[in-house]
Amino acid sequence: MNQFPTRIGVFAVVGLSAALLGGCEFGPKQTTQTGHRGTGMDQIVAVNYRAKQAAIPPEPYPLPPDGGPTAAESYQNVKVLGNVSKERFDHLMAEMSQWVAPETEGCNYCHNPENLASDEKYTKVVARRMLQMTQTINAQWSPHVKQTGVTCYTCHRGQPVPANKWAMADAMPASMSILGNKRGQNSPSPEVGFTSLPYDPFTQFLVVPQQIRVAGSDPFPQPNHVVSIKDTEMTYALMMHMSSALGVNCTFCHNTQSFRAWNLSTPPRGTAYYGIRMVRDINETYLASLQNVFPNNRKGPHGDVYKVNCTTCHQGVSKPLGGVSMIAQAPALKGPTLAPAAAASPVTAAAATDAVAAEQTPLGEPAVMTAQQ
Amino acid sequence: MARYQNMFTQIQLRGPLEAGPPLRDSSFTRTGEGFYSYWLGKLGAAQVGPVYLGTLGMASLIFAFLSFEIIGLNMWASVNWDPIQFVRQLPWLALEPPGPQWGFKLFVPLAQGGWWQIAGFCMTVSLLLWWLRTFRRARALGMGTHVAWAFAAAILLILTLGFIRPMLMGSWAEAVPFGIFPHLDWTAAFSIRYGNLFYNPFHCLSIAFLYGSTLLFAMHGATILAVGRYGGEREIEQITDRGTASERAALFWRWTMGFNATMESIHRWAWWFAVLTPLTGAIGILLTGTVVDNWYLWAVMHGYAPSYPGTGVIDPATLPGAPQ
Repeated sequence: MNQFPTRIGVFAVVGLSAALLGGCEFGPKQTTQTGHRGTGMDQIVAVNYRAKQAAIPPEPYPLPPDGGPTAAESYQNVKVLGNVSKERFDHLMAEMSQWVAPETEGCNYCHNPENLASDEKYTKVVARRMLQMTQTINAQWSPHVKQTGVTCYTCHRGQPVPANKWAMADAMPASMSILGNKRGQNSPSPEVGFTSLPYDPFTQFLVVPQQIRVAGSDPFPQPNHVVSIKDTEMTYALMMHMSSALGVNCTFCHNTQSFRAWNLSTPPRGTAYYGIRMVRDINETYLASLQNVFPNNRKGPHGDVYKVNCTTCHQGVSKPLGGVSMIAQAPALKGPTLAPAAAASPVTAAAATDAVAAEQTPLGEPAVMTAQQ
Repeated sequence: MARYQNMFTQIQLRGPLEAGPPLRDSSFTRTGEGFYSYWLGKLGAAQVGPVYLGTLGMASLIFAFLSFEIIGLNMWASVNWDPIQFVRQLPWLALEPPGPQWGFKLFVPLAQGGWWQIAGFCMTVSLLLWWLRTFRRARALGMGTHVAWAFAAAILLILTLGFIRPMLMGSWAEAVPFGIFPHLDWTAAFSIRYGNLFYNPFHCLSIAFLYGSTLLFAMHGATILAVGRYGGEREIEQITDRGTASERAALFWRWTMGFNATMESIHRWAWWFAVLTPLTGAIGILLTGTVVDNWYLWAVMHGYAPSYPGTGVIDPATLPGAPQ
């Protein structure tokens, strides 16, 4: 008689504990302190869920030495890589076929085999623009890609279309009906870490330069700093995207004491700053320019071209491909402007200043330490 | 088998149901005669009912129902009336307040936040009617109105979040959405927007009172249970008697921490801690964005944010030639 309630109690306790633990992430964790003690600056990695090291494909054949006739002298209709030697041009074409084209099609994915110089296939026009883009990234966005650089493989990974891309989620965000209207948020979306935050922070932040910063630079309200909570949620959503794209938590870049204060942040925040601008440049200057080149089946549901975000390259790790540099086997992708014009490039000039260890700003001067541009 | 001896909830009396004293100044009678429930008797009194609903109670429930329905139906409509998706996505679904473009306009189109305004209005009316009911029922029983005023503190916090502060800020978009995850994301975004709410001293006070409330609740609950074997729950009548539960409880605390609450004061402490939690919280919310825009910088200014060594990282936006 007395056994009965006891058993129910045991079942209830066991069941409730199981239900509560259901929300936990099991498995070993690796924690690393990354900042001053007491600030909670650390990285916690769930070892079993860490993104796997991507396979690096072998070179199709060893890189031939430079010199000899150029591609422009040897082929017709070479608009971007004309100054590259023919031998290295051929090598890069073999690499592009390996990195981007479907195995069954090879060269014919972009070229008409009867006339390799023809631009009749849209894929060739896209590939040419992408070569320019890759050169620009390597030459002008070194504050983000550093000396590691990028190649086609950084995003494509053997696929003609990179696996991680985005297009506008909603055609009409301000619908006048409540039917099916999520107000651009409140959906379990992996893009923003399954939060209820806005699921498309990309259209707002990764195409046009729109202010991402939300906290004020003054302790007191200012008439020229009106940022709503909804704007904040949009920024928060972008940060969730960056966090999951890189497989890191907030403190990889920020000190949670003040997300805003740069002199409490870590150096990767500066790298990310340039990354956001680089992604905008890619989307606006390069991908949007192909709006009329891509066929409809290569566009998003609302007719805009697919664009890149942090996941496109990073794919769950803070350094794409685990930090392995492939640029040495494709030197033509470094871009012709690299050596002489680097100092003239505004981006790299700023980065040079960046590298000079800034004198530490006193903590007691809030205006100095978080000054807005 | 050893059994824990306590006079609490061990014995369930059965007999004629207690109807309560005759009602004064009321237009309704109590509903039903009540009944016994063995399982509820494990938690509290075994007798359930009769209940006094009255005009205020019924009006309050109607408004609560309206609010609940508006929120639920809006959420359901947002998944195109799909019942399976409604259940699966329920924690994510929301009824959002009007966007910043509407300012503090009183009548926003329904799909743009008007439903949120109506739901919020119905919820507020329901809460205020229920508050009046707790006040009037307490008066009818000749009690003090402590319960009503404690409830009022909670209502004040709700109104501050959803109405008073948005009014002062001139924007409904500052208000909290209805929804499980959405209101939590709102909370985090609120702290991020206003430069870390932990540096808001009223937020600190609210947390101190909240944690203090749990501490007091644990101390008081434990003390009374511990002297239950001496009839400790009959607090007042044995307050001055030597050797009673009351004296043992008082001695326990005087011996362990040198000071004890009285049987009366402990309830005042608990009441004030509980009431001050939402009250200080509401003040903190009210000051955020209206008087202070960045609490971290405010705390730095007043020398109360701890300073840690800087990392030497500078804002790239301040560098000449950097992309903006």
